[in-house]
Amino acid sequence: MSARGKLLAIIGDEDTCTGFLLGGIGELNKKRQPNFMVVEKDTPSADIEEQLKSFLGRQDIAIILISQSIADVVRHIIDAHNDPIPTILEIPSKDAPYDPSKDSILRRAKGMFSAEDFR
Amino acid sequence: MSSSERLDIFPSRMNLTIMKTRLKGAHKGHSLLKKKADALKIRFHAVLKKIIEAKQQMGDIMKEAAFSLAETKFSGGDFSPVVLQNVSKAQLKVRSKQENVAGVKLPAFEYYEDGSDSYELTGLARGGEQISRLKKNYAKAVKLLVELASLQTSFVTLDEAIKITNRRVNAIEHVIIPKIERTISYIITELDEGEREEFFRLKKIQQKKEVKRTAQEAVRKEWEKRQEKQFGDERLNQVLSTHVPNLLDDKEDDDLLF
Repeated sequence: MSARGKLLAIIGDEDTCTGFLLGGIGELNKKRQPNFMVVEKDTPSADIEEQLKSFLGRQDIAIILISQSIADVVRHIIDAHNDPIPTILEIPSKDAPYDPSKDSILRRAKGMFSAEDFR
Repeated sequence: MSSSERLDIFPSRMNLTIMKTRLKGAHKGHSLLKKKADALKIRFHAVLKKIIEAKQQMGDIMKEAAFSLAETKFSGGDFSPVVLQNVSKAQLKVRSKQENVAGVKLPAFEYYEDGSDSYELTGLARGGEQISRLKKNYAKAVKLLVELASLQTSFVTLDEAIKITNRRVNAIEHVIIPKIERTISYIITELDEGEREEFFRLKKIQQKKEVKRTAQEAVRKEWEKRQEKQFGDERLNQVLSTHVPNLLDDKEDDDLLF
């Protein structure tokens, strides 16, 4: 598995997903499972959780991109995820500006750098 | 002293030497681990700085990408369903490689293009130029995000490695070294005490022998006096010369017991 290239997965709203798919990261695996998830306004958080967990469990995914507004919904899973691979990367979502103080990784780095460095 | 405060070991000279070597080894290990921790920390701070820079950059690039998406939607209509349905094979993939920092393997991602663009014909009817710009913008975003992701994995791995190393450094500094030092001082005390005991015993034996000797001397003096009175000088000399005690014949010498 490791010899082959790994994929990026994305969880985000429709526009974000569309953009990244056009960027060329989308793939369907043999079971026809996509490596992206479009989250609508009325998508239940349980679905997001389930999808994120399945992405975390997949061997062919190295990086998971997740919109920050969605990341907030499943924050507990992201905080509990400690392994280096796959990496969860929070990206700014279209409708909300990026808030570094919410980022799980940057929160760990808190105290090492002052607040101004984040801006 | 309980066994938790020092190593459970018999206080002998050999064990003292072993303990001293172990103490030396512990000090060496401590300094080496400390150096490793410092090296990791330097790397950690560099990575952290890069992450913060990349996150700032990410904000700008994502804004640009989202804006070009809106532009494309304006000119090309809503093409999202087409794109979302036409997914087949990934064009951009990541390879992971490893970098070695002070014995810690840091995973790093490297992105590469593989296969052809599956959205070549999207936007053929209208908005083609905007779509190709959009593609370029998002490809740029992906590139940056991959970079950021590899920084982030380095960050997590380094964080973990630093924690482990610091734990080891502290364990050696505050548990192992004091324990060995206590063991050494314990062995030294025990050895000293043994020496003092031995010295005291020798003195005691000397004392006992001295007492016995004076008693014998007194008896002999008495006997000599009596002989002198009875026989005079010539006889005495004769007797004395024959009275040399046999060294091998120590039947009268009782064992000394304390």
